[in-house]
Amino acid sequence: MNLTLRIWRQAGPDAPGSMTTYQVGGISPDMSFLEMLDTLNEELITLGDQPVAFDHDCREGICGACGMVINGQAHGPERTTTCQLHMRHFQDGDTIDVEPWRAAAFPVVKDLVVDRSAFDRIIGSGGYISAPTGSAPDAHATPVPKEAADTAFEHAECIGCGACVAACPNGSAMLFTSAKVVHLNVLPQGAPERASRVRNMVTAMDAEGFGGCTNTGECATACPKGIPLPSIAAMNREFLRAARG
Amino acid sequence: MSDYSDYRVGEPIADTKAPTGPIEQRWDQRRFDAKLVNPANRRKHTVIVVGTGLAGGAAGATLAEQGYHVVQFCFQDSPRRAHSIAAQGGINAAKNYRNDGDSIRRLFYDTVKGGDFRARESNVHRLAQVSVEIIDQCVAQGVPFAREYGGLLDTRSFGGVQVSRTFYARGQTGQQLLLGAYQALSRQIAAGNVEIHPRTEMLDLLVVDGRARGIVARDLVTGAISTYTADAVVLATGGYGNVFYLSTNAKNSNATAIWRAHRRGAHFANPCFTQIHPTCIPRSGDHQSKLTLMSESLRNDGRIWVPKAQGDTRPPAEIPEDERDYYLERIYPAFGNLVPRDIASRAAKNVCDEGRGVGPGGQGVYLDFADAIRRLGRDAVAAKYGNLFDMYERITAEDPYQVPMRIYPAIHYTMGGLWVDYDLQTTVPGLFAVGEANFSDHGANRLGASALMQGLADGYFVLPPTLNDYLARNPLPAVPTDHPSVVEAEAEVEDRLNLILSVDGDRTPDSFHRELGELLWDECGMARDEAGLRRALARIPQLREEFWRRIKVPGTGQELNQALEKANRLVDYFELAELMCLDALHRAESCGGHFRTESQTPDGEAARRDEEYGYAAAWEFTGTGAAPVLHREALDFEHVHPTQRSYA
Repeated sequence: MNLTLRIWRQAGPDAPGSMTTYQVGGISPDMSFLEMLDTLNEELITLGDQPVAFDHDCREGICGACGMVINGQAHGPERTTTCQLHMRHFQDGDTIDVEPWRAAAFPVVKDLVVDRSAFDRIIGSGGYISAPTGSAPDAHATPVPKEAADTAFEHAECIGCGACVAACPNGSAMLFTSAKVVHLNVLPQGAPERASRVRNMVTAMDAEGFGGCTNTGECATACPKGIPLPSIAAMNREFLRAARG
Repeated sequence: MSDYSDYRVGEPIADTKAPTGPIEQRWDQRRFDAKLVNPANRRKHTVIVVGTGLAGGAAGATLAEQGYHVVQFCFQDSPRRAHSIAAQGGINAAKNYRNDGDSIRRLFYDTVKGGDFRARESNVHRLAQVSVEIIDQCVAQGVPFAREYGGLLDTRSFGGVQVSRTFYARGQTGQQLLLGAYQALSRQIAAGNVEIHPRTEMLDLLVVDGRARGIVARDLVTGAISTYTADAVVLATGGYGNVFYLSTNAKNSNATAIWRAHRRGAHFANPCFTQIHPTCIPRSGDHQSKLTLMSESLRNDGRIWVPKAQGDTRPPAEIPEDERDYYLERIYPAFGNLVPRDIASRAAKNVCDEGRGVGPGGQGVYLDFADAIRRLGRDAVAAKYGNLFDMYERITAEDPYQVPMRIYPAIHYTMGGLWVDYDLQTTVPGLFAVGEANFSDHGANRLGASALMQGLADGYFVLPPTLNDYLARNPLPAVPTDHPSVVEAEAEVEDRLNLILSVDGDRTPDSFHRELGELLWDECGMARDEAGLRRALARIPQLREEFWRRIKVPGTGQELNQALEKANRLVDYFELAELMCLDALHRAESCGGHFRTESQTPDGEAARRDEEYGYAAAWEFTGTGAAPVLHREALDFEHVHPTQRSYA
């Protein structure tokens, strides 16, 4: 396959950026999107140009490091992470636009690399159960109904990639935050901190400059792990419950 | 300079920290003997933790909970992305919730035997003891393990054992355990007890007056090089499987932290003990940038086979039952498809070498779920393995519900690592190594679902009390930032990066890495022999020399420069690869993941030579390309008597 790539290049956080056009050839349909970018970068290095910077690590769809907007869609046309998107989903001769996540709370670091540390601060504000090492009772001391365990798991699958924020017209982090709130609040172990958790995490989320939710639903459509949209409604219920005291 | 393979044998090395006496009581005794730091004094101590995976994340959170000031580093943009996150199958614990005959002693026994009698008994027993507390801890943190309808925890079996002791969270156990540790760590970061430095890579260890007192690190965004001092340093930086270029490790996992520590005096033990995982997706072409594991748990229900005839290229559905060779079930009837990883990998290589492999290039075997789908139904199979099947289909464009998976072995884990004593302290006082970064518990082969167990055991339960003891016993005067050792280490890091940037040659970092990886896979991979290892030892110095003539890294050191990061890690991989080959050459026996073709039983199994090689090999660095010094740690087996492993 031969492709035309239009990639966002930006030297640093304060530098102006622009779309730059590259041609790549010899692309196999079995390559992942990142392997296609590797091919481009190998050529750029050989020419003495700076390779395109992008975050990536596990390349098996679980670490959440990679993420780019491909042809206007977060992680591209398939519902998966960028590293698990394969070139068989493109046609020979295609022109592909590649941009970083665009959101006020995710400033660009360089090229396709953005700063997602706001997510870490949201988790630090309450996305945990306070259980210092050594203090735990036997694992079977508190049975957890399978339904609750399954709901917790479904929400705990979030990989923190930020696609939900990138896809949202408001740059909202509601789906990310609700996934953690629901994961922990549905478990008996999470009950003691149920109210403070949701209050603190929503406050932290707002303080980081994420936008509000207008029920567009783009977040859940873009989520590579299928965090369900009703997760946001569940968080709103938790928030109201906490507000009522 | 002497020839690299002309190594010298130095003084034997011994673990002086494990108490003697009944093995069941050693850990209790050690904790009782350990001195404590007064809780009010703990905040005066700074501990550096490098890495935020299961071992590092757990250690950082726990030390901070105890009151220490923790300064923690990861090269990823967030501590949540450490490669522990990719572990799929599960975590072992001797809970015996199944009432199937499990016990701490059995987990201990299975691990020593599974490691082919090259691990230290005291450490392994402690690991088995601590395993039960890990599950309790993780459940309390909200880790969503799989549960039965009664609300109790579900378990499954894994390779190399006959009990069901593996706790799991669908195919994402590593992710869920890591998020548990990450959340505990995040709580401590928010509380100001942990100072976190993401996107910051350790590039050297500061050794001052014979003790580890800090690190030199590079901010990967600005390129700024800084020194950080502390009272102790904990390395939780994972294994070195990426030296092979193609492995199941994350792309950025690397050996630089442990290798720089090795260069500063920490002995490196058993570097040739690398694990090749039998169930990975075969490579699809030269563009391949990494390999993807399919969890070993699939072997619970999947059946592995190849055609009986060589060169049989019919589609699998057209090959009748009596023309298939379910070779693991045939050769190892007692364990069948659940033999340990090293055995399953070698068996796959053997059938492929016989010309019976399937898929492109004949480098694959089938992992077939047709029987399981018939027996359990598609829904039940999907509930257990759905995400793995989806992942397989995404990568290969083949539907494993319809067509058998194709799998082939790939580098997955490294049992070798920094030598540590029972306290997890390296040969540099004040430098500790936890998780995959150390060599301690898995001997020559790790059992499935034991990496998560060891990482969390080290981080949550083992390191905190032993580190406590070190801090309580040793005077640790503040290190001035203009101390000659500090200034010199920082200058060396700067010089090396500048040297890489100054070459301006014509080859990319990845092109060198691929070449080194292929060489290692061919000569120091699934089967090794003297001639091949000597070829590799001759070739590696040539490659290194070529690197310093031809490497090309555009840009500067004062910015985010991913090509520079790669090239800098390669410098260490060249030296590490050399030591791996030397270790493999010197160990003229087969054991676990280390298979020397010269040392096998008549039916092709690994033949250990306990009399000559019943030791851990701890290597001392003497200079780039210079012959290292071998220190042997004799291994005594009081409780599990070495036998030829048999899984038949």
